[in-house]
Amino acid sequence: MEATQATPVKYDMDVVRWFTIMACVYAVVGTLIGVYIALELAFPFLNFDIPQITFGRLRPLHTNAVIFAFGGCVLMATGFYIVQRTGQTRLWSNGLAWFTFWGWNLIIVLAVITLPLGLTTGKEYAELIWPIDILIAIVWVAFGLNHIMTTAIRKTSHIYVSNWFTMGMIVMITYLHVVNSMALPVSLTESFSIFSGVQDAMVQWWWGHNAVGFYLTGGFLGIMYYFIPKQSGRPIFSYRLSVLHFWTLTFGYVWLGAHHLQYTALPDWTGSLGAAVSLAMIIPSWGGAMNGMMTLSGAWDKLREDYILRFLVTAMAFYAMSTFDGPVMAIKTVNALSHYTDWTVGHVHAGALGWMAMISFGAIYHMVKKLWNTEMYSDQLVNVHFWVALIGAVTYIVAMWVSGIMQGLMWRDYDEYGTLTYTFVESVSAMHPYYVMRAVGGAIFNLGTWIMLFNVVMTVRQAGAERGVKAVPAKA
Amino acid sequence: MSDHDKIYSSKLQDKIERNTLLMFIFTAIAVAIGGIVEIVPLFYLPNTAMAGGDGTYNNTSHKDLQGNAISMDKIVWNPATSRHKTLVAWQPGDGVRPYKPLELAGRSIFIREGCFLCHSQMIRPFRDEKDRYGHYSIAEESMYDHTYQWGSKRTGPDLARVGGKYSDEWHRRHLMYPRDVVPESVMPNYFFLDKAMVDGDNTVTTMEVMTRMPFNPVPRNIYTDAYIAGAKAEVQGKTEMDAVIAFLQSLGNHVKFEEGVNYRD
Repeated sequence: MEATQATPVKYDMDVVRWFTIMACVYAVVGTLIGVYIALELAFPFLNFDIPQITFGRLRPLHTNAVIFAFGGCVLMATGFYIVQRTGQTRLWSNGLAWFTFWGWNLIIVLAVITLPLGLTTGKEYAELIWPIDILIAIVWVAFGLNHIMTTAIRKTSHIYVSNWFTMGMIVMITYLHVVNSMALPVSLTESFSIFSGVQDAMVQWWWGHNAVGFYLTGGFLGIMYYFIPKQSGRPIFSYRLSVLHFWTLTFGYVWLGAHHLQYTALPDWTGSLGAAVSLAMIIPSWGGAMNGMMTLSGAWDKLREDYILRFLVTAMAFYAMSTFDGPVMAIKTVNALSHYTDWTVGHVHAGALGWMAMISFGAIYHMVKKLWNTEMYSDQLVNVHFWVALIGAVTYIVAMWVSGIMQGLMWRDYDEYGTLTYTFVESVSAMHPYYVMRAVGGAIFNLGTWIMLFNVVMTVRQAGAERGVKAVPAKA
Repeated sequence: MSDHDKIYSSKLQDKIERNTLLMFIFTAIAVAIGGIVEIVPLFYLPNTAMAGGDGTYNNTSHKDLQGNAISMDKIVWNPATSRHKTLVAWQPGDGVRPYKPLELAGRSIFIREGCFLCHSQMIRPFRDEKDRYGHYSIAEESMYDHTYQWGSKRTGPDLARVGGKYSDEWHRRHLMYPRDVVPESVMPNYFFLDKAMVDGDNTVTTMEVMTRMPFNPVPRNIYTDAYIAGAKAEVQGKTEMDAVIAFLQSLGNHVKFEEGVNYRD
């Protein structure tokens, strides 16, 4: 994977360190907001009659905080880390990387200010107002350009597989963000999409599902392909499988957005096409999951002592599980039941908590040790974090699966006289126990992020104490 | 031959892996195709590529029992052919129309509060949804909805046909303190809407923006200059609560659906 060189390469890792620390901070903040809005649905008095903290305004803040703040910092930290190490080169531009860091964090601060004020575009997962959208485009392209140019100036012959996935993400997210954000402004803070109705819906879910496919999956697969081999000390199980994984995923994922709109006013063929390709996507997804898992073949015993590896491998299990759950939900008959219900929420969190967050935690712990050239402050706390995260995620997912299927069944239930058995509000009150359970699961998961933040901060302090204030550049 | 010269996959793959520009180009093409295939046709296919209520229609492919195509004028309100020539005179059943000023202001508030995160506006063609909400939604009904509001989650009920189902007073009480009317509700209290006034200038600008949209703009023969100029006076003195209620009451009764017609091809 990395050619051995006589002289160690000096890398630009300061910016990676800061992205890593901010990722830990945003993991705490993002999931904390999630727990709060989960509690609002269980106990509505928690809206406290304050407009800025009502569910409708905080929910976009939660999704933006976990996806773009936490996820973004993880992707940029690992992206810059991997591309330097696999290419045996420094960043193309360290200055541009710092611009990316400050720009991205400025966007997050602006999101925290604007979303609770009700400044939104009204597009799910793309709520930030148009001036911030422009800023996102600039910062994203700065990140992408830097990453791709660093790939271009690598000292190694081949581009490592992680960087393919990151490149796919960079290109696709640029397309998606630019097209989906096209709007005519009414004022500095308000705008309306240039598309309407059915076209806007399709553009929105083309964005929505590919933000999942390329940002939350492709980008994180880049993490998988680097950190699992590194942490386990074994080469990737199959290089050919990773070639297949990359191209099928890159070509295929783009088609899936339409499955969010089955039985809506979107033409039937579009939804069916989305569903058919969704089913086919099980093959590359599971191929990739197997590729990650089987990398450990012959080294499974490492799981007994290596807590970081546990995170990485459990993430692959959740990846396999949610890439099965997804295609099943794309089947029209299943979708008829699952759409509009909490099942979708459960599915999203199986991916977000089980796959992306777990692989991120593993990568963060791995990087922290290398970046600060030290051992973790407490390996036991890593283990505790692992179990807390796993229990929290499973509790959350199970609660939402049960409530989602129950909702779907209650809505369509008829009594012996041929009338609807349940009023809508009966389905709402039936959800209460599951909404409480979901909040508990989320709170447990959130506890884990506090543990990680504490452990990482203590590790950095310990590294500082060991060798003065300035951390030593990581070894190649 | 050193390890780095050996080809482990195909020649093409090996070439791509060694060349950043090639990798970039192949990736950029691979990710573009699916979106183009699924999105572009929606701008010209019948039933999705609505051109607006100014008479420049595309054909519909909605068919009645005899297989005759339904005229677009029966689906989308066209003041030129309709008995009712202005937005003020428009009656339910005349066809899909753009929002009146107060409704449009209400819609902006609906978006601001994130209502779509819990309330869908898209009824699917199932028996239970017909019984619960009404006739399934068709594409034309949201043709003027710049920034569509179909939603993806029903923590609360669908709102696509909520117009006329409840009185204004019910909506007012329910929006103010939902649990006063529906004890099991988990909706936040929105009494603060009753204290804020609608911004008339913003409404006027919004209307103007809607006529300038590149796709499905509101025709200028509906939002005439005079109508837009009068909008500010129309929302004068109205609260945000009035606006949201007006918006909710405008939903879902535009098209007169007939038995035996397939509105989705």
